[in-house]
Amino acid sequence: MPELSVNGPTTLEPDIQQAMTEKLLAMGDDELILAHRNSEWCGHAPILEEDIAFANIAQDELGHAGLWYGLLQALDGSDPDQLVFFRDADAFRNARMLELPNGDWAFSMLRQYLFDSYEMVTLEALAGSSFRPLADAAEKARREEIYHLRHTQAWVRRLGLGTDESRRRMHAALDQLWPHSGQLFAPLTEEERLVHATISPAPEEQARRWREIVIPFLQTCDLQVDEQMKDQPAGRDVHTEHLLGLVAELQQVARTDPEASW
Amino acid sequence: MNEQTGEVSNQAIWQALEDVKDPEIPVVSVVEMGIVRDVNVVGTTVQVTITPTFSGCPALHVMREQIAARVRALGVASVIVDTILYPPWSSDWITESARHKLKGFGLAPPLKHGGNVPVTFYEPVACPYCDSENTMVKNTFGSTLCRAIYYCDDCRQPFEQFKAV
Repeated sequence: MPELSVNGPTTLEPDIQQAMTEKLLAMGDDELILAHRNSEWCGHAPILEEDIAFANIAQDELGHAGLWYGLLQALDGSDPDQLVFFRDADAFRNARMLELPNGDWAFSMLRQYLFDSYEMVTLEALAGSSFRPLADAAEKARREEIYHLRHTQAWVRRLGLGTDESRRRMHAALDQLWPHSGQLFAPLTEEERLVHATISPAPEEQARRWREIVIPFLQTCDLQVDEQMKDQPAGRDVHTEHLLGLVAELQQVARTDPEASW
Repeated sequence: MNEQTGEVSNQAIWQALEDVKDPEIPVVSVVEMGIVRDVNVVGTTVQVTITPTFSGCPALHVMREQIAARVRALGVASVIVDTILYPPWSSDWITESARHKLKGFGLAPPLKHGGNVPVTFYEPVACPYCDSENTMVKNTFGSTLCRAIYYCDDCRQPFEQFKAV
């Protein structure tokens, strides 16, 4: 992973630095874990075009993980390869909905749509961050996300308004995913410091913006959100049983020969 | 190279970098693609600043190595290749000469968007083989991150387009 040269200072006040590293790790882990799940569709998608599309989306999200881990490296010197390949599963800070197994096509597509739209509102806000390196990386990723959203919106609409079976599967996927979606906006322990320093936006404001976009869109796809369904309010240090297997597979080759040069 | 000082001119470096091709599109150079943003000669050190087309582009590290090797071949001992993210790369920066070469390679060049990519989504894309605009998008994702797949209804050829970004 190439080291990035960033504009502006890469040191922050110690208390903000701590909050920023926590934030960047969560952002990088979200992208990495979803990229891994997406890559599992390679060779298995329902049609060739979608096989290619999910492989591309996986590669994009991996690239975005590289942006966030790269910023982390500039801030505290941590090694992205070490973070990805030699960190134990319980140290990952991704949101739980991203580690869930792929399920059927409807589940994967809806998860990708929910995450893409979350990413879009997040990146739009971060592009105005007072921390210049973060603003630059956010604007870079935002432009690429345009293509993801265009793709996932088209599929959510097609499946939601499609056949009885596609609708049934989408409803099942929504019931399973929606309770987890709130965790995307759950504040990190030190996040308030970042909000106060205008480095990142207030999570509750972001959640409101996201819901204003996502809920009406889902309604146009004949998908009604059940607002009563909520996830357990556990932090990002709590995972489902599915993360362990994912991380084992992700790291298997690197851990077989840690000294190998690639 | 200046024999006395051992310094290479800025212009000579830009010219040499025209030899470094985009590994995924071997007909166009990293200069024509707008990937090379700046060249700085400081004493005997050369600093080349590049920016990625897509952040997940796997060709980036190959380009960095090839750029460094090409500058070293000019007799420069110390080469630094920096990667920056701002301003973010735009397909509008691809030169006219490169657009022509992309088309010759069978890749429809990206439509100009002036910073607003979605305006290109509803514009017709001309087939690079027969110039017909009677084409349709088959997949907004293609064989690399920067390509989309189209089909020409006139000459009945599938083709790829370099995506606007």
